[in-house]
Amino acid sequence: MIFSKDSWKEIFDTIKKNKLRTFLSGFTVAIGIFIFIVLFGFGNGLQNSFSQFFVDDKVNTIRIYPSSTTLPYRGYESGRRIEFTNQDLIEIKEKFNSEVEDIVVRNTFYNQIKYKDKSNQYQVRAVSPGHKEAENTILMSGRYFHEGDIENRKKYAVIGRLVAQDLFEGKDPIGEYIFGSDHSWRVIGVFQDEGGDREERMLYVPYTAMQEIQKNSDKINQMIVIYNSEMTYDESLLLEKELEVYLKNKKTISPDDNRGVYISNTGEDLEDSKDFASILKIVVTFIGIGTLIAGIIGISNIMVFVVKERTKELGIRKAIGATPNSIILMILQESIFITTISGYAGLITGIITLKIIGNNLQEKYFISNPYINSGDALFATLILIFFGALAGYLPARKAANIKPIIALRDK
Amino acid sequence: MIEIKDLNKSYVMGKNSLHVLKGINLKINEGELVAIMGSSGSGKSTLLNIIGMLDNYDSGAYQLDKVPIKDLDETKAAKYRNKFLGFVFQSFNLINYKTAIENIALPLYYQGIASKERQKIALDYLDKVGLKDWSGHLPSELSGGQKQRVAIARALASKPKVLLADEPTGALDSKTSDEVMELIIQINKEGKTILVVTHEQEVANMCNRIITLKDGVIMTDIKSK
Repeated sequence: MIFSKDSWKEIFDTIKKNKLRTFLSGFTVAIGIFIFIVLFGFGNGLQNSFSQFFVDDKVNTIRIYPSSTTLPYRGYESGRRIEFTNQDLIEIKEKFNSEVEDIVVRNTFYNQIKYKDKSNQYQVRAVSPGHKEAENTILMSGRYFHEGDIENRKKYAVIGRLVAQDLFEGKDPIGEYIFGSDHSWRVIGVFQDEGGDREERMLYVPYTAMQEIQKNSDKINQMIVIYNSEMTYDESLLLEKELEVYLKNKKTISPDDNRGVYISNTGEDLEDSKDFASILKIVVTFIGIGTLIAGIIGISNIMVFVVKERTKELGIRKAIGATPNSIILMILQESIFITTISGYAGLITGIITLKIIGNNLQEKYFISNPYINSGDALFATLILIFFGALAGYLPARKAANIKPIIALRDK
Repeated sequence: MIEIKDLNKSYVMGKNSLHVLKGINLKINEGELVAIMGSSGSGKSTLLNIIGMLDNYDSGAYQLDKVPIKDLDETKAAKYRNKFLGFVFQSFNLINYKTAIENIALPLYYQGIASKERQKIALDYLDKVGLKDWSGHLPSELSGGQKQRVAIARALASKPKVLLADEPTGALDSKTSDEVMELIIQINKEGKTILVVTHEQEVANMCNRIITLKDGVIMTDIKSK
């Protein structure tokens, strides 16, 4: 009799004829699940935005910038400007050959760039081919530089997506010549960058070509060391230290001088961002659990109220022959049925809402592509169904075991 | 049908104990229509509740249709109630969201009778109490007398050995009371054993045996016919 067609019929009947009660308990569950999914999805969306910000540049890099000394050392006065040259680059590469994949050059300039009657001020980075990897530059068309371009000091340019948009206005820039620093540069590629607009309003040129037009300078402003990706964070710190000692010795800088050469390890950023991401994860989980608890309390209240309201009816049922077990089963079956249906409704609505929101909140609220994986969503729904059933079971058991005479007296 | 020997019942309220039934001895045969009278506090409702297995007793013996009834758990009590007893209450106690016919069919549901059969039996009993045309009405759409007749039909539907009525006319005017009592008498004439708890002499006079309780003991036990 317990799960027979008849008992279902009895339950559908009760549900149909107690619409407000059914609606209240169903709505509580649906809204609980809905809010959980939307909030949890937003949390995940925040994490998405966060990781997008930080995966822009390659992380296993050490940046080296020369600057001025602040301490006198071995006969040199303080305030001496330190500079790297192409020769330094070759020597460092040889010295750290085993730990380092590549050492990339980046010399930064600002130039007026012209194409026909259009012109604008842009950042120009004079780089070596490895810069593409270090910066996670994504080519949209054409190609990047190769070693041959560097050796032959080719006056080539790879331009940012927005530069192409500004100057070429939809025309294909590949093969065209742009004008800057009193020279013509042939556009060989267009790139995009996940780092945002600023990163796409730039041009790359071979550093040797730039050095040539600047009176055959051999100066290097910034070096980016790409170390082996298998290295641990601690190993990379060690390499950073070795580099510092080597460079300070090479350039005759006091070991105690904090300036002269500045070294920064993006591995540190990675560690920081990992910490931040894990805190974000904790916050999101906390919000999720909080919402779920609020939902559980909501459905518990409703269930207690529903059973209380039905005390007299249950007394009547008992007087005409319902056993306590049949009463408990009836209430459980009913509450599980309602919570399952409405939980599922809340689940679907929540997921659809997240889908509709999609990337609409990305610009203003940093929530990109909010989602919830089906495991989490299903788990939350099951939890609410379980606690809904439990919250129904406890008062139902009590109601089923009180004497019908007491239940009947209850007005 | 009903045999009660030296039945005692006390209610404990905090430190005080209230001795409600003080050694009741009673034998009711099949087919009798018995009125139990007494002022409030005399113990008449308690006696009916014990007979109806809605309440248990402290000492003594109670046999219903030769089955000893003592310290039943709720599950067993529910089964016995369903099998042996039909209840009629002063406040009708119909389930308010179920129609007349659904209310009558409910005890049959708990007996495990199939849906179609239930409908048929319920309609028969509804017809018996003269409310065949009201089968689809909710209790709120029925008059007091009609509600009580539905309640009687419900009590009869499970074919009980004994019908227990607790102040069945208590909430009705005198004309409707008479109609309900006539129905009860008619059912009794068909052979059903019926106990009616009442404080109205008029109602009691319609029964063929009147038991009067006072302070937990039987004062008089008069068979009128």
